[in-house]
This record gives sequence, structure tokens and C-alpha cells, in this order.
Amino acid sequence: MIDREQVLHVARLARLELTDAEVERMARELSGILDHLERIVELDLDHVEPTSHVVALENVLRPDEPRPSLARERALAGAPDATDSGFRVPSPGAAAANGS
Amino acid sequence: MTTVTTTPTERAYEPVIGLEIHVQLRTQTKMFCGCALSFGDDPNTHTCPVCLGHPGTLPVPNAEAIHFALMIGLALECELAPRSIFHRKNYFYPDLPKGYQISQFDIPLWRSGRLGDVRVHRVHLEEDAAKLVHAGSSGRIHGAEASVVDFNRGGTPLVEIVTEPDLSSSEQAGEWLRLLRATLKRLGVSDVNMDEGSLRCDANVSIRPVGTATLGTKTELKNMNSFRFLERGIAAEVARQEELLRGGGEVEQETLHFDPRTGGLSALRSKEESHDYRYFPEPDLVPLAPTQAMIDRARTALPELPGARAQRLERELGLPGDVARLLAFRSELGDFYESALSADGATDPHTLASWVTVELVARLGDVDPAESPVAPEALAELVRLISARSVSGSAAKEVLDAMVADGGRPEAIVVERGLGLAGAGELDAVVDRAIEANPDAAEKVRAGTAKAMGAIVGAVMRETKGRADGGEVQRMVRERLGLG
Amino acid sequence: MSELLELTAARAAECVRAGELSPAEIFSAYRERAEADDLGAFLWLPEEPPRPAAATTSADPPLGGVPLAVKDIFCVEGAPTTAGSRILDGYRPPYTATPVERLAAAGAPMLGKTNMDEFAMGSSNENSAYMPVRNPWSPDRVPGGSSGGSAAAVAAGLAPWSIGTDTGGSIRQPASLCGLVGLKPTYGAVSRYGMIAFASSLDQCGPITRDVTDAALLLRHLVAGRRDPCDSTSVDFPEEIELPSSHDLGGLRVGVVPELSEAATIDAGVKAVFDAALERIEELGGGVEEISLPHSEHGLSAYYVLAPAEASANLSRYDGVRFGLRSGDGDLLSLYERTRAEGFGDEVKRRIMLGTYALSSGYYEAYYGRAQRVRTKIAEDFRAAFERVDLVVTPTSPSVAFRLGERTADPMAMYMSDYCTVPMSLAGLPAVSIPAGLSEDLPVGLQITGPAFTENRILAAAHALERAFGFDSSPARRPAAAAPGR
Ligand SMILES: [Mg+2]
Ligand SMILES: [Zn+2]
Repeated sequence: MIDREQVLHVARLARLELTDAEVERMARELSGILDHLERIVELDLDHVEPTSHVVALENVLRPDEPRPSLARERALAGAPDATDSGFRVPSPGAAAANGS
Repeated sequence: MTTVTTTPTERAYEPVIGLEIHVQLRTQTKMFCGCALSFGDDPNTHTCPVCLGHPGTLPVPNAEAIHFALMIGLALECELAPRSIFHRKNYFYPDLPKGYQISQFDIPLWRSGRLGDVRVHRVHLEEDAAKLVHAGSSGRIHGAEASVVDFNRGGTPLVEIVTEPDLSSSEQAGEWLRLLRATLKRLGVSDVNMDEGSLRCDANVSIRPVGTATLGTKTELKNMNSFRFLERGIAAEVARQEELLRGGGEVEQETLHFDPRTGGLSALRSKEESHDYRYFPEPDLVPLAPTQAMIDRARTALPELPGARAQRLERELGLPGDVARLLAFRSELGDFYESALSADGATDPHTLASWVTVELVARLGDVDPAESPVAPEALAELVRLISARSVSGSAAKEVLDAMVADGGRPEAIVVERGLGLAGAGELDAVVDRAIEANPDAAEKVRAGTAKAMGAIVGAVMRETKGRADGGEVQRMVRERLGLG
Repeated sequence: MSELLELTAARAAECVRAGELSPAEIFSAYRERAEADDLGAFLWLPEEPPRPAAATTSADPPLGGVPLAVKDIFCVEGAPTTAGSRILDGYRPPYTATPVERLAAAGAPMLGKTNMDEFAMGSSNENSAYMPVRNPWSPDRVPGGSSGGSAAAVAAGLAPWSIGTDTGGSIRQPASLCGLVGLKPTYGAVSRYGMIAFASSLDQCGPITRDVTDAALLLRHLVAGRRDPCDSTSVDFPEEIELPSSHDLGGLRVGVVPELSEAATIDAGVKAVFDAALERIEELGGGVEEISLPHSEHGLSAYYVLAPAEASANLSRYDGVRFGLRSGDGDLLSLYERTRAEGFGDEVKRRIMLGTYALSSGYYEAYYGRAQRVRTKIAEDFRAAFERVDLVVTPTSPSVAFRLGERTADPMAMYMSDYCTVPMSLAGLPAVSIPAGLSEDLPVGLQITGPAFTENRILAAAHALERAFGFDSSPARRPAAAAPGR
């Protein structure tokens, strides 16, 4: 019920590279899980409100008061590829050196 | 006010334009964390675990950002959602640390408003993305181009304002955006600086056969970071679509990028997949249900807005509509005008208005007069000299030139440069000489040809270098010719 | 020394306050035990004990310096924090989670970081990217998950007490499989700040301990009488958490839910221990009543839509830009896709895929929207039930600890482990699992749940039952332990 094409589409949305074997297995396993989930698709829930929060809270806000920021070295400390001042990434839109 | 003369042509199509505006709020701190806002500081010096999207961090909304958003919605006469929620808008991009933007989706804070003659579709809150800076030729990763992410801007509170497609020309779009900008500026909720990106505008543009109600396929124009670019971008896109349709082609739905250097539009590289943002309610935040106290506080904080100000200037001072609107929409002009007017009750509001909106604007362009050397009291004084006939119109312009260049008080400038009106004693001799030098004209005036007077008055003006009052000179000429 | 290790944490803290033990003694005794860990319970131990009471607010802290095993899902400034994932290998957070900070301030310094299913996704701890955890009751069996390391460490006496996190059962199920007390508080009671998110609307931090009193003591200081301003969903707990002292269930009405306790998925041995527990409840003066939670059987389906959906967004930040692993061949798309392909394990990928699919255009209403409505129905079911009864009891886990590898090939079979615990998570309700007896020589847990913020009521009942069951939480003290069978 979920095919190879759908698996590839979802994997692209989720930015996951899957091997061919993983695509096959994912299609099979997701179909199995979705089959099980089908049971809620059959329930009559037309007049039921959706729940996104179980806490009865509203307007939880923070005063507009500055707090100390991280020193830049600390902000960059864990970055896999940092310059002196920022986080280096391949430019969006730049072509890959060797396509995958 | 810009007046645009369009040559009447048979226009088969009319543009249908809607705007999407992002406004950076001028709070102390970011939308969901306590980092101070900054502009132009060293990269990545205003970050914390929250706005870097570290694991385990959670957003807590800034109360002041909500307050500013409430003020904006009230100013745009919108309807408040009793309960709005935040959603996650999911997509991957290096400037988006969490892989989703917290934004409002199906229940925005405000909808169905109006500003001037344009309807506002919705107003919602969200967080800004970070800034991606091209690293230049040195920044390469495995031979590919690199960029560097600066998260200082990431998480700045944004209000997004979406209009209905009620605009029908690029000029009208520019004019309306000026009104919006003036309104937001007046509210004090944003720097509204298009160069610095605190006010950003995208446009949705389509065209349709004149007289029809259908909507054509629209394109989305991005990156028009000045009024001029906005107007040029929309005009170029309208022209492009017209040409396409006239040639039998079809408009394709796409996002176009305005290039300020060429003035051209280019399609953004198409994404790997169609947009599927997978919005869902942000579980880390609870609903926003503004209380009466929050709404009252926002209402109390509203100043007089440009629309209302234009009406007041027109009604109370009798200014012409377009002059009143210009003073109100460019609130810095209105502020300057009203401050000059209150400097001395004796200043004539009409003359002052025209000296602000015509003469001063001609000299200052887009510069805020409050930031020029011209003091409002000084301009009021100049207008009083004009009204009291102490200085001629053309001499007054010369005085204003001097004020714009170096500041100073007009009376001092008049004295210093000898620009005061020639007195009666000085004029007696000049008028006598002018009649002597123009016997033919004098004869014709005696004979009843009034327009022959011009030659004599002209001679007087030439000799006094414009310092004579034209009406007074005419009176003196008639007296000497026995017509008084 | 061995006597020290036999003490419950609350008793050890009392000894410290009475001057009979020093915090340093306790710390080094457990530190030594933790270092000898052969179960895979710990992922990291600090080089040296944390500076005494760095975050402690008083000279005589209520938790007496009794050290705490911390699930590796909690960020601790400067300490490796991986959430059991390769993608966070080497990550050292620049800040500390509120629960860890609060407990340290109350006098429970961190002993070490415990192993877990990657990003808390799993019920066996076999999804840890580093190593599986073994159950101290039987080393060829799983400890449960996802807080399997925390549970195994406490059950094996490597740590006096621990904290874990529970999204659909990740505290209660491993507590059940390891013969311990595990409490999932009311959603919002404990701050989530610094706790690496799996499914934000469900995740809660709670204690895994040797007895009910230890659980109450940790909860008291996790709640700390005040909400955390760093977590918008955290609330002021309406009353102080008491140390339970009840010996009976005097007049409490206790509901039994056939949809949960008689489901086909419940093993006969588990059912037998559960039925015996019901008899004990009546002996202690509780009134047992059958009630219905008609939508609870759909809890698992709703959960396996909502949790993966939230997770799919929560895990988007692992992109190789600001921290953690990075891979790829130089273009942006491959940076994302390779980093995530190499950094995430199979179960995490499966749930990201499931969640992304459930939220994607055209499927949102059918899956996510409907799951949210099922959630509403389940919460309504509980509300109706709590008009008739004070507490609801169920088995915690449908089975005792299963063998390593037994369910890894069948995701659905693994997911069934959460069958009885997921409904309470969806409704945001507090629930505790306490050991009620043995089946196949392995512990069986009893789950007790009540309305929101009734932790005191639940813990009081748990305390009375704990005394009645007389369960010994230490597998090491069992006669059979010397010669593990099977
Ligand atoms: Mg936006
Ligand atoms: Zn920040």
C-alpha cells in the first residue's frame, strides 16, 4: 500500500538517503505499520475535536528582557565545519563536485 | 505625491497584485529566546542554545512581540482570532536551525483588515531565518562553493502581513507600501528599513483581460528591497506577462527573483520536490488567546495613524487632500510640518505646507527633514517673512538653499546676503529709471494696455535681483503714470 | 560497603543527614560499581566526581549527595550527550537540562549517563547506536526501553536511583521488566527543557527507583514546587509531593479495564500476577470495579502516528551544520541526506519516514488529524472513568522481559510492548509501574494511573501495595541469581 515511489518521495522530504535494499524494506515495513493504523481510519470521528495539547494553558509568555548570549567560540565549538566567525555549509544551489 | 501620466492605450489586460510583507519587530530580544536583537554586529555573537536549535531546547514567546503584533492588527483594522496557535513549517535550509520555522498557519492572530483602499487578508507572527553569507572564492568545500551561516538574525520576531489582490499597478503598490511603512513607523514597532531588511516585500502578480473578474496564473516576485525595485519589478513582470499572453503563451506559476543590477527577473532554481511544508501544531507552545487586558494595552499604545492624520489635516487646517496625505503618509514630513506650525501660531498653514511638501522635499528627497540642518522653527520663520512680504518668493528659495546647506536662521541669511525686499526709498529711483528706459511700454500702459506693464516691472526686478515686491512695483508705476 | 549499596536512596540520604555516611563515600562506592558495569547500562562516566555541590543551594541538601544515573537524553553542560545516537557522537551541550540541574541543586549529583534506545525510540534498548543493554535479572534478555540503561543500572545496584523519560511507556515498561518503580508524571509537571525531544506533546521525565519512596522523593525535587520558565508547557504542580506512608487503600475505588488487561496480547503469566494483585487490592480495602476505556485499544495506532510525526520534525535539526556528525560529498543535499543516513539507525529512520508520510500533503487528515481525534476520545474515556473510580490499574507490559533479538525483525511486535502504557501518555495522565510479582522468574509490573496531578494519590496506593507485595527489587539477592537458568 506504500510503494517504492512514495518511499523515495518521503525520504527526499525527510532528507534521508536510502539504499535500494532500505527502500524495499521500508516499503514493506511501512505498509505493515500503516495496515495496522488503518483501524483508526475506520473510526467515526467526524464531530470530535483534535487534541494537540493536553495541558490547559494559554498565553505562556516571556518578558522581553535580554539574557546573555553564548560567546562565539562556544557557539561554534561543536560545529563540524566552522570558520572563525560562522558555520560553513555548501552553498545552496551549488552543484556537487561529484554527483551522487 | 508621485503623479504618473499614462498615455491612454487600448489595454487588453489589467494587473492584479497582492503583497506579502515581512516586518521585523523592534523588540529587545528574539521571538523565542532571550538573545538581544542586533544589526550589523559580528556574526554569531547573538546566539544561544535555543536560537541555534540545540537538542532539548524549547521556545518561549516574547510578550512584547505579541503586544506589537496586536498593535499592528488594530492599526490595520483586522479581526482578532480569539485563540490562535503556532505551527511548525517544515523544510531544510542552512539558515533554519531547527529544520522548521515556527509560524502561524490556519489560525493566524488577525485576519480581514484594511489599510487605505487595500484589504488585508491576514497578519501573523513568526520567527526570522538566519543569514547565509556567500563565503567567496576562498570558501570552498570539495571544490564546491561554500556559504557561512550567521545566526544573529535567526529568531528575530517577524510579523507577516498578506494583502488581498487589490492593487492594480506597480505605482499603486509602491504608494500603498509607503502608507503601510508610514503606519508601522508611526506605531514604533519596527525600523521599517528596506535596505537593512527590517521591511521586506514580495509581490504576487497576475494579469487578466480588462473588465473580467477571473484571476490569471500568478507569479511570486521576491527580493525587491526598495520602493523603486518593487515598482520596477512589478512593472517588468506585468510587461513580461502581457507579452507572453499576447504572443499566445501561458504564464507559468513560479517564483521570480528580481535582480536590482539588471532590473530583470529570473526564475529561482526549482526545488527538488514540490513544496510540502507538513505544517502541524507546534507542540512546544500553547495557544495564544489575547486577554482583554492585552488588547486594551495595545489599543492604548496606538498613536494617531497616517490615515487619520490626513483626514485631520484636511479637516482642521483646510489643506488640500493630496498635500494632507503626503504629510501624513510620510510621517516624518508631517511631524516636521506640525512641529514648525506649532513653533509660532502666526505661520500660515497653507504656505507652510507647500514649502514643506514642495520646496523642502525638492531639496531633501527621501531624507528625513528632522535629520537635515533645517530646523522646523527656522522654516516657520521663513514662511512668516514671505507672508509679511519681507522677502520675495524667489529670494526665499535662495534662503532655503542656504538653510539646507548650512542651517541657520532665515532672517540672518536675508541680512547677510542682502536678500530683503527693496525699501520704498530705493525703489523710487529704480522705478523712475525703468519708466524712462521703456517709454513705449509706459505709453501703452497709459493708453490702457495693462499687460505692457510687464516690461517695466521686469526691468525693476532685474535691477533689484528679484528683491522687489511685484504688486508694490505695479502700484508705484501706475501712480507715476497718473493712473493711481 | 556492600551494606551501603543495599540502602534505598532515601535511606542513604537519611544516613548522610544523620552523619553516618558521607556523600563522598556513597559517590565513590557507586562510582566503582558503575565502572564495573558489564550490562551496557552506562554510556559515560565522568573522569572525576562533579565538584561537590556546585549547583547545590544549601549546605545540607535534602537528597544528601546520593548520586543519580541520568538517561543520556538529558543535556548536561560539557558532558557527552548522545541520546543513544551516532548523529550526536561527540556532542557536548553548552547548557544543562532543568531536571538534572534541579536534582543536582537538591543534592543528587550526576553519577553518569545511561544507555538508551536511540532518541528514545524503542522498547528493548536494542536500538542504541552504541550497544544493547542486558537485563540484570537474566542477561540474555532485554531490560525494556527506551530508558533501559537507567533501569538496568538501578536494578543491578550500579546506581541508587535514576531518571528516565517516558513518551509511550519508556519509564514504566523498563521499570516493569527490571522489577523497579517507574513513574511517568502528569504531562507538564516536570520541565522538558534540556531533555532531547522525541515527541514533544508526550515526553515526560520521571524517576526509576528501587521503591516508591525514592520515586516520590525524586519527583518532589523534579517538580520543585514551581514551573520552569524555559518550558512553555510546564505548570506549577498544585500541591507538594508527599513521601507516601499509607499501608492500606482505605475506600479507594480502583478501576480495571478489560480492553487493556484482557487483551489477547497480554501473556498468561502476566495476567496471573495481575489477577493476584487485584486480590491484594481488595485485601487492602480497595474496591475493584470494572470500567471501560472503549478507545484505549486504538491508543497504539494513534500513538504511532502522533509520536513519529512530532519526531520527524524534532529530528530535522540533526543536519550536520551546527553540531554532531557531518557527511556528504560537498553539495547541500548530500550533506543533509548522507549525514542523516549515516547518523540515524534503522528504527529512527523508520519513524521519521512514518511521521513524514503521516504529515505529508494529502495524508495529514487521514492520519495525523484522525490520531489527534482519537487522542481526544481517549482523554474523554479517562475523564468518564474517573467519575466512577479513583484509580485505574492495568498490567504495565503485556509480557515479561523478552530475549535479545526476539522482536527486532518485527517492528509491530515491538510496538505492542507499549499497548498498556500508551493511553495514559496520550491523555497526559500520571502513571506508575511497581513490581507486583514474578512470572517465569522475571518481574511483572502493575500500572496504577489516576487523573492529572494526582501523583500523591497514586504514590500512596503504590506504597501500600508495595508493602503488601513484599517484592525484593534486587536480582542479586535472589537465590536463583547465582545460577541463571535457561
Ligand atoms: Mg513568512
Ligand atoms: Zn538565542
